[in-house]
Amino acid sequence: MASRTVDPLAPVTVVVGPEALLSERAVAAVVRAARQAAPETDVSEIAGAELTVGGLAEHVSPSLFATSRVVVVRDVQDVMDDVGAALVAHTKTPVEEIYLVLVHPGGVKSKKTLDRLRRAGALEVKAERLTKPDEQVAFVRAEVRHAGGRIDEPAARQLVEAIGGDLRGLASAASQLAVDAEDGIVDTDLVATYFEGRAEVKGWVVADRAVEGNTAQAVEQLRWALQTGTDPVLVIGALATALRALARLAGSPRGVRDADLARDIGVPPWKVRVLRGQLRGWTPAGLSRAIRAVAAADLAVKGGANDSTLALTNALVQIGQARAA
Amino acid sequence: MSVWDTVIGQSIVPLLQRTAADAASMLDGGSAGAMTHAWLFTGPPGSGRSVAAWAFAAALQCPNAGCGQCAECTEVRAGTHPDVAALTTQGLNIRISQVRELVPRAALKPAKGRWQIVIVEDADRLGEDAADALLLSVEEPPERTVWMLCAPTAEDIVPTIRSRCRVVQLRTPPYADIATYLTTSEGVDAEVAAFAARAAQGHIGRARALATDADARARREEVLRLPFALDDLRQCLDAAASLVDTAKADAERHCDTLDAREVEELKKALGAGTTGRKPRHLDAAVKDLEREQKLRRTRVQRDSIDRALVDVLALYRDVLVVQMGVGAELVNDEMRPSLDRLARSSSPETTLRRMEAIVAAREALLANAAPLLTLESMALTLREG
Repeated sequence: MASRTVDPLAPVTVVVGPEALLSERAVAAVVRAARQAAPETDVSEIAGAELTVGGLAEHVSPSLFATSRVVVVRDVQDVMDDVGAALVAHTKTPVEEIYLVLVHPGGVKSKKTLDRLRRAGALEVKAERLTKPDEQVAFVRAEVRHAGGRIDEPAARQLVEAIGGDLRGLASAASQLAVDAEDGIVDTDLVATYFEGRAEVKGWVVADRAVEGNTAQAVEQLRWALQTGTDPVLVIGALATALRALARLAGSPRGVRDADLARDIGVPPWKVRVLRGQLRGWTPAGLSRAIRAVAAADLAVKGGANDSTLALTNALVQIGQARAA
Repeated sequence: MSVWDTVIGQSIVPLLQRTAADAASMLDGGSAGAMTHAWLFTGPPGSGRSVAAWAFAAALQCPNAGCGQCAECTEVRAGTHPDVAALTTQGLNIRISQVRELVPRAALKPAKGRWQIVIVEDADRLGEDAADALLLSVEEPPERTVWMLCAPTAEDIVPTIRSRCRVVQLRTPPYADIATYLTTSEGVDAEVAAFAARAAQGHIGRARALATDADARARREEVLRLPFALDDLRQCLDAAASLVDTAKADAERHCDTLDAREVEELKKALGAGTTGRKPRHLDAAVKDLEREQKLRRTRVQRDSIDRALVDVLALYRDVLVVQMGVGAELVNDEMRPSLDRLARSSSPETTLRRMEAIVAAREALLANAAPLLTLESMALTLREG
């Protein structure tokens, strides 16, 4: 994590990003560093919407008792324009022993002020959401290392699959595992002892299994998906998209280049090969039947039936039968 | 010119005129006659329910029973009459908050001394809670308050409200009346007017669009090619996709400029762009408006798809007429050769199954099903027959 290697103590720090855990850590790092330098450090927190120019001046003017001070401004995107200008002015002429931490949740609101703060020389710490599985795995490995343990890639991946993308959950799991592991080495067995199952199954996983004719697995994945809070509507959408792409591929003329085909079907080029594999075993009549089954399930999920799980399971079974037919 | 001129092909008009006269005599201390405090205008879409309600409102406010000339009539027509309030929605539902704003208004005395009228267009879009909020006032309004609700059928209104209203049932206006209206008031050529009236199947607004807008005619023709281009899987999917795309384009044409203008007006009203500090809650208000606009867009899209489905349904109805040899008037008479071909290549049973598929798709869309998926499923069913 960047905040751990760079000296976090800058006169003005902007923490930008929606990930609460990372931004809190960045704030805590500044506070810790300030306390290390001067144990008497005062810490105050203000909401951006409540900050006025006068209030800001009060907070950042040197104290009579010369104590060091950390001022954390939450939701800095809500500050009024004149306060934004005052913040920029302060950044240009910082006051000694006053450390200003501005927390911004990312997004476009008050982006201009943010840019001006950056140009004025504020230290930027990113707190982006980690959405890619690889980033999450890297995060877990770093967390375990930080807690004094070691974890290999498969074990970290297994942990991410079991817990999902919630960084707080991942961080606490990682530190727990690192502490509990003998000689600090976390392996897949240890992860399996503590965490079982899957936290997040995306709709497209269900859809892929279903169109590949792997009905049993599709149903299993469906249960995981619904159990962990995936909206049934999203599963329907994934099924419809998968079948639509297959039907379009089935109806496309032979001898077309993959790239053109991809554009025609509306999928990325690498997907065409996957689709070709999935298309084996399907007939046009079967696809037609499968699409109609999904449409019926869609209506059921939108309120036509009491039990959306049953409706979806039915649809998966019908897709399997349509493929076999 | 009377206010009733805008009500087309309705045999019930004289009755309403008599009622307006009764109402006038009641104001002078006479008997109430047929006048009552809650009215429900029902009739198929496009038959002019809300037009009839507005005409009736004007007739009640007008000292000369709806002359169409006086200040009262003009104000009602312009929607600026202080004693006529309207609740409309361009979204999918009338929200309870809208009703709660309206109910106190219904308790006021009429400012101009005749009637306090509240018109709820699209009363079928009242949710259950919104209808409950309305109930007390509809049930026992103050002396001079008149409620007018509009809905496709009486069954669209919850029974508690329905039972408090006198129902005015409008019919599908005869094609000839619509055609006459189009030629006289819109100046449309007689032949085009006749075609538009027939093709719109009694929907006045649709007939007007078909008669005056070449684009609308072109889109309808395109939609009607759909049943003839369902040879394989791919074509079915393409047909469904093109229906959805057309609806999206429709919504864009209809909503884009409107949306932008509304946002602009709201910002201006709240004082954005002037010097000084940014008005508070501006962003929140704009966001609210945008949410509303999104609902409207959904509705426009859905309506556009539904219109297309009605056209296709009418085509299969024509095919069925040809197959059964009943000799009734065809909606799509100009497509006779194609209809004959389709009739020969299928059985009446298949045609009925296809019509059922279209009706099922319409119902599914009404129940919030995914449009593209529903239409794909429908197209595939049409192909299999």
